[in-house]
Amino acid sequence: MSNVIRIKKGLDIKLKGEAEKITVSPENVDTVVISPLDFHGSVPKLSVNIGDNVKAGTPLFYDKLRPSVQFTSPVSGEVIEINRGEKRKILSIRVLADKTTEYVDFGKSDPLSLSREEIIDRITRSGVWPAIKQRPFDVIANPEHAPKSVVISAFDSAPLAPDMDFVVHGCGNEFQTGLNALSKLAPAVFLNVHASRTKSEIFLKAKNVTINTFDGPHPSGNVGVQIHLTQPINKGETVWTMHPQDVVILGRLFTEGRYNATKVVALTGSEIVKRRYVKVISGAPVKNIIDGNYTPDKELRIIGGNVLTGNHIHETGNLGYYHNQLTVIPEGKEPELFGWLLPGLNKFSASKTFFSWLTPSKQYSLDTSQHGEDRAFVVTGEYEKVFPMNIYPVYLLKSILANDIEQMENLGIYEVAPEDFALCEFVCTSKINSQEIVRKGLDMLMEEMM
Amino acid sequence: MKALHKFLTDKIEPHFVKGGKLEKIWPVYDGFATFLFVPGHATHKGAHIRDAIDLKRTMIMVVLAMVPALLFGMFNVGHQHYLATGESAEFMDKFLYGAIKVLPIVIVSYSVGLGVEFLFCIIKKHSINEGFLVSGMLIPLILPADIPLWMVAVATIFAVVIGKEVFGGTGMNILNVALVARAFLFFAYPTYMSGDMWVGMDNRKGYEVVKEGLVDGYTGATNLAQAADASFAGHFRNVSGVGYENTFIDSFLGLIPGSIGETSTLAILLGGLFLVIIGVGSWRIMLSVFTGAYVMGLIFNLVAGDNAFMAMPAHYHLVFGGLAFGAVFMATDPVSAAQTNLGKVIYGFGIGVLCILIRVVNPAYPEGMMLAILFFNVMAPLIDYYVVQGNIKSRVKRLKLATNGNK
Repeated sequence: MSNVIRIKKGLDIKLKGEAEKITVSPENVDTVVISPLDFHGSVPKLSVNIGDNVKAGTPLFYDKLRPSVQFTSPVSGEVIEINRGEKRKILSIRVLADKTTEYVDFGKSDPLSLSREEIIDRITRSGVWPAIKQRPFDVIANPEHAPKSVVISAFDSAPLAPDMDFVVHGCGNEFQTGLNALSKLAPAVFLNVHASRTKSEIFLKAKNVTINTFDGPHPSGNVGVQIHLTQPINKGETVWTMHPQDVVILGRLFTEGRYNATKVVALTGSEIVKRRYVKVISGAPVKNIIDGNYTPDKELRIIGGNVLTGNHIHETGNLGYYHNQLTVIPEGKEPELFGWLLPGLNKFSASKTFFSWLTPSKQYSLDTSQHGEDRAFVVTGEYEKVFPMNIYPVYLLKSILANDIEQMENLGIYEVAPEDFALCEFVCTSKINSQEIVRKGLDMLMEEMM
Repeated sequence: MKALHKFLTDKIEPHFVKGGKLEKIWPVYDGFATFLFVPGHATHKGAHIRDAIDLKRTMIMVVLAMVPALLFGMFNVGHQHYLATGESAEFMDKFLYGAIKVLPIVIVSYSVGLGVEFLFCIIKKHSINEGFLVSGMLIPLILPADIPLWMVAVATIFAVVIGKEVFGGTGMNILNVALVARAFLFFAYPTYMSGDMWVGMDNRKGYEVVKEGLVDGYTGATNLAQAADASFAGHFRNVSGVGYENTFIDSFLGLIPGSIGETSTLAILLGGLFLVIIGVGSWRIMLSVFTGAYVMGLIFNLVAGDNAFMAMPAHYHLVFGGLAFGAVFMATDPVSAAQTNLGKVIYGFGIGVLCILIRVVNPAYPEGMMLAILFFNVMAPLIDYYVVQGNIKSRVKRLKLATNGNK
């Protein structure tokens, strides 16, 4: 193992509600939903109509801008609903699932014996391609690009994040096959592990990859931070990234010859009673996964993903394409008398303005309260404490707000994704939504380049 | 608590919302309501959980940090007064005398300043910002105890309007608001900001002290004024004309004449320590101001010759005048200071150097802290510009290396 890259800046938010290492499978998932809204920057074009029968791996829609990228059904069954919004925008497609899943056969083969073109063709046809994302811009990778590398973070440092060792447990062969396929796509594949938390041999003994070791608080597990510290992205360069769980699904495409989008989702958060891992198909209803397993009589928020970067899901909603975690926390709408004056022993803050800093190892059950009102930038030096990149975060945000594209490039926008600003957003005294601002800046640049 | 909140939202709020009788002064209601209750807004985009800190909390912490300086200031106003009159007085007598002098200034500063803020919020239809919570306390602490109250009011109005609101309110100002107030008085009413003003008196004609009933050796001059005087020979005297037992210790404790809150370096450092520990104040700025001042003091020591002020021990500079107060509470104002970490160090060091330079070299201004901070407030964006430019250049260089490597 090479040198450990230590990250000092950052913040571990200690929340109650980590998942226990038990895997369960929910009963009868009867419908799944695929939503084009999960795929930022793509323009969906339907390939099916209501009433069509599909197999797992049959395209439901494709990207108008890159027609080779197919979005396929994770189950076999009948398309029963196509939900459209304003201007007939496609919001979601619902598929009624068969009792036993039939798969489209993509053929078993060894990726190492296939050419790059054959591999790309198979991944794009099968519906696995959207799992490969690219930096810059944090969108689905363009299959026509030649990336300088593929980077996989083998640990998640976000609050209550799933334990990646546990998630890929028993999928060693598939994971390695997935890595083999990726190794044909780019000159280098990097697998980034944590110095103490990564113990699984699936990661530590992975072949055809370069292993980098990281240590430190969140966001050390963010792939963007890892790329920045090992091989910063210059203008014009592209790096592809993939979640380990998706590498397993990619591996199955070659070992089983089919799109098997079964994943292990961590069920976390202070309001979940039995916190555990759930083995479930991508797009399954949240109701099936949570299954009444939460504190009753409380207004709750269900989040697909973690508390910093996840999406708000309605209780009748479904697991998204990129979700590997569900978090349930209380809504916080209670006003608080003299909240700015009280000692605040139960409040979590990265600053030490609340006396809770005297109990550093305490775990909190935080709610969704914003804790204050929106203000202009006032406090300085705050973001820098949790932002381990050689970039001036506030200056970058201001250049985006000023629509100054040249300055954005100068200040390193190609190296960041919204998730890298999640902690800045968390600690911000002025409650500035920096993730949204970064997304806006990236979209502006993407449009400029088209 | 719930009942109070219900009363507020059910009975009072309807008058102020759109269509209500008092809709025009909604910001006033909003200001008071959010003062009572941290509003129960839930996050609607981005991170679902947020840090418990908000601007009110930050500002209140700064105000708390100023309390030691304020309390000591009240005591010292009385202490200096009784030194000048030669009467003997107990601790509480001194404190009460000072409190009666100081509290009206605090009240005028807050009520006038907040009044102007509310007015602007109503005109511009935005919610009240917390910035003045701190400015309203800073202004009294950097004024002499005998300043006429109407001057406090005029200076506060000037500072809030010209120093802040014309730029767009809290977060947008270029200069430190409280220092704008002081600078306004300094240039508009110079006689009230110098000479004999630094000791609280019962009997004044305008700015002049009526010397009846004062001790024989009375002098109202601050240490810096004494040092700048041509007849200065290296010995400092207190208000009653007697030499200090230990000039450095007495000044460090704050038993010297000066603005209300600036005299006690000890009380100020307590506040500064608090700010640094809770992570609100920038230790980079505080430390570099003191370092800059000390280094400049040493340089003057080296070239002093027979100039007694230049030869004054460099560490005296750190406990005289407004240097400590400026370093801890004024230079660290995040809005008007440099924003990058490297920039903060340069900015602070510059303030320290310039302050001592003005003190020693410019005979017209015995105190240089106000002007030094205001000057570097203006320079801060430029300092940051070059720091950020360094980051940009390193990125461009990296790109060049990468493209050349590929060829």
